[in-house]
Amino acid sequence: MPESSDDTTITGAQSLIRSLEAAGVEIIFGIPGGAILPAYDPLFDSKQIRHILVRHEQGAGHAAQGYAMATGRVGVCMATSGPGATNLVTAIADAQMDSVPIVAITGQVPSSAIGSDAFQEADIRGITMPITKHNYLITNADEIPRAIAEAFHIAGTGRPGPVLVDISKDALQARTTFTWPTSLDLPGYRPVTRPHAKQVREAAKLIVAASKPVLYVGGGVIKAHASAELRVLAELTGIPVVTTLMARGAFPDSHELHMGMPGMHGTVAAVGALQKSDLLICLGARFDDRVTGKLSTFAPDAKVIHADIDPAEIGKNRIADVPIVGDCREVIADLIVALQAEHDAGHHGDYAAWLEQMQDMRSRYPLGYDHPEEGSLSPQYVIERLGEIAGPDAIYCAGVGQHQMWAAQFVKYEKPATWLNSGGLGTMGYCVPAAMGAKAGRPEAVVWGIDGDGCFQMTNQELATCAINNIPIKIAVINNGNLGMVRQWQTLFYEGRYSNTDLQSKRIPDFVKLADAYGCVGLRCEKAEDVDATIRKAMEINDMPVVIDFVVHADAMVWPMVAAGTSNDEILYARGLAPVWDRSEEEND
Amino acid sequence: MTVHTLSVLVENKPGVLARISSLFARRGFNIDSLAVGPTEHPEISRMTIAVNVDSSPLEQVTKQLNKLINVIKIVELEPSSAVQRELLLVKVRADLDSRSHVLETVQLFRAKVIDVSTDSVTIEATGSADKLSAFLRMLEPFGVKELVQSGMVAIGRGPRSITDRSLRPVERSA
Repeated sequence: MPESSDDTTITGAQSLIRSLEAAGVEIIFGIPGGAILPAYDPLFDSKQIRHILVRHEQGAGHAAQGYAMATGRVGVCMATSGPGATNLVTAIADAQMDSVPIVAITGQVPSSAIGSDAFQEADIRGITMPITKHNYLITNADEIPRAIAEAFHIAGTGRPGPVLVDISKDALQARTTFTWPTSLDLPGYRPVTRPHAKQVREAAKLIVAASKPVLYVGGGVIKAHASAELRVLAELTGIPVVTTLMARGAFPDSHELHMGMPGMHGTVAAVGALQKSDLLICLGARFDDRVTGKLSTFAPDAKVIHADIDPAEIGKNRIADVPIVGDCREVIADLIVALQAEHDAGHHGDYAAWLEQMQDMRSRYPLGYDHPEEGSLSPQYVIERLGEIAGPDAIYCAGVGQHQMWAAQFVKYEKPATWLNSGGLGTMGYCVPAAMGAKAGRPEAVVWGIDGDGCFQMTNQELATCAINNIPIKIAVINNGNLGMVRQWQTLFYEGRYSNTDLQSKRIPDFVKLADAYGCVGLRCEKAEDVDATIRKAMEINDMPVVIDFVVHADAMVWPMVAAGTSNDEILYARGLAPVWDRSEEEND
Repeated sequence: MTVHTLSVLVENKPGVLARISSLFARRGFNIDSLAVGPTEHPEISRMTIAVNVDSSPLEQVTKQLNKLINVIKIVELEPSSAVQRELLLVKVRADLDSRSHVLETVQLFRAKVIDVSTDSVTIEATGSADKLSAFLRMLEPFGVKELVQSGMVAIGRGPRSITDRSLRPVERSA
């Protein structure tokens, strides 16, 4: 970091803005208010930083996440004390669960008033302690540059995550000098990125000795920018690949080695590959319950190589035979070298029969859906066509629920950082603001939000932000009029008693009029034959945000499905239809 | 489940104790005792945490603690190679008749009377948890009016310091 010091006194607020500039910030999503007000004055003059005034702080948080996921840089959001700060909490928790690097700056009441239940006071440092990678309360203006420098370093390195910096109003107003730190003193923070050579050699030995290995790829591969290395590793070995919800795009969907997404709504081939495997090579994934199903029955015959930059993930849910702490890109690169050495020594794994078995599963149990008989629109068809028309260069951003699962299943991802969603926390309302953040960070890219009518009504006020700030995102509302995923569970597990899932949003609000009111183009599509034309029309509009109200069938369900708490062995391909895992087993029966 | 003694070196910064106690609470780890105080380095505090878990959750405890930015180092102190002490202050009923018996017990346990009144004595004792509970059992017949106990503190035996690399840092299991 270049040293820059200067003896002229400035305010803490000026120091904050200079610190953010020194940290390379281009965009801040935020809303001013009493305690943060001093910071907004010098921000007004910044030539480097563009502040985008959002409509709700939650939107600022998700926008920072979308920006971070799409660009690979640290996203920044800003809010005032009290309710401004607490409105950021959902987005911060979301970033913590999905390891998204963001820095949240909040104003705090003057230090003399802290602890007195002052107007708009909330202990946001205390509130966010369990949901941040780290956080700060700064009451001394001299400490601002160091806190900001540390916050960006901590957020963006190691396992990325959110860092909150709460600054009291008097610290923003006090006189100080600006010195950007040349080095950081964080004795308790030394993330290990270089994998241990011995562990990598052990992993290579297990790989060549295995007969049913699987590359179980998680979001860490995308965070580490390791897609190219992953492809080399997969092609070098011929090992089948599965990509988790957070890793869609880390490996091309079109690749012959790709078995799809594992998990509760994963493909039969991907779930089966993990379940029948004798060696899981887990790269930047964390054995989440939505992937493992009932943990005690998950991949019972598999040994485990677990590589992750966070040592705490290794052995947390599943014991690893070979633990590797390191950055996924470095781990995979070293693994390639170690495997080459094994190959040169004449040790090759023979996975041909296994791969054939998995490819057979993939072709026998492809993802599919029915078109409703009464002619109404199938949501899966809409999403599938959207993926085909917008193509693999577009960025897709989903909310949470059925549409999210269909977007993970039916859009074909070929490139990393083209799929944004709320995986760990499952935050309804993520889509619109995250899409806004992605588009602000990558204005040249086409950004499609695929949202549900329930999710959309949680954060759609950011359409105003998009319209006013020239952030022309495109939102496909998959409008089934219901909280679709909850309704699906009611269908399957509550005898079809649809308690409080009918939003009636096919009637109220009118999404086309709402889009219009927000200065966006609103389109509606209700028939399969109009889907392509509507999507293409939206693709042609690049100077305004577009919202398409796709009015779809309410009874469509997400399949395959592993019911919560059950074993992956009990995956259903469709309602009441269990897949046959192995044809030879079938013949033996 | 067994009790493990962790010595945790942390940066002496505001909020560190809250970070550690909330981590234990939200991850469902049981703390038996926690003591915190300064060290020979003014910028570093030392916590002694007795945690009641099995060995594989213990690994999670130390890994999760290590993720806290303010945590510098964690060492598990094995009972065989460490000295563990607690401090006890206890107010015991002691009138003219019973006082000499109480004082005898105090002598036996090498404890110390720090306050006396016509019908009570206040005693200070240090020792291992076992010794202090034995002491308390002996005092109970006299009547314990009030008692306060510190968390356990522990230090490794021998010439080495906790900053010495040869003590087993439990965080490097992976």
